[in-house]
Amino acid sequence: MTMILANILIGVTVSLGVIFILVTAIGLIRLPDIYCRTHAASKSATLGVMFILLGVFLHFWLIEGIVNTRIILGIVFLFITGPVGGHVIGRSAYLSGVKMWDQSVKDELAPVIAERKKLDEQK
Amino acid sequence: MMLFYWVMVILISLSMVAFIYRLIIGPSVPDRVVALDSLGVALIAMIGLISILADTSFFLDIILLLAILAFIGTVAFSKFLEKGEIIQRDNDLS
Repeated sequence: MTMILANILIGVTVSLGVIFILVTAIGLIRLPDIYCRTHAASKSATLGVMFILLGVFLHFWLIEGIVNTRIILGIVFLFITGPVGGHVIGRSAYLSGVKMWDQSVKDELAPVIAERKKLDEQK
Repeated sequence: MMLFYWVMVILISLSMVAFIYRLIIGPSVPDRVVALDSLGVALIAMIGLISILADTSFFLDIILLLAILAFIGTVAFSKFLEKGEIIQRDNDLS
């Protein structure tokens, strides 16, 4: 009985994670520009891999009886670094001049960057 | 239960094929970096599932190692795109 419940729990977590990774793949193919793609890739892939690692941890804990702290450490590390990686690559894409989608309506970073360039020239 | 894990591995492989498609056709360089980052993440998930399938916990160090390597690679590449160099030269010396 306990085994069946544990298997159901692991199955639900692992399939949630795989669904999130598939959503990441669909978003990475279908979204129009780099900023939308980082939006899809950083959040959804991070949540998906966290769910899958949670399922792996539950499998080794409930079925094999091993508490493996390295998986917990991996989950925490991915939770910290996944969004940071997405932010950093989006910022470098903007600063290296990748164009936004032609139907986007708002660009709030452009005046800030123009101001900073002006301050740099005054120095 | 084994069949379930194999199906999950196959679904992750399909999403990896999608990431590789974006890696090949991506119009700009940051697109390819995003695709590589997601590829690393999918590889981590696949290693977790394969360590369940192989019934061993020896592969679980690789998860942390791959997470660290993927993050360092992404940060180094974006710094190269932004500033043109990865490790900046010290101003006081030279």
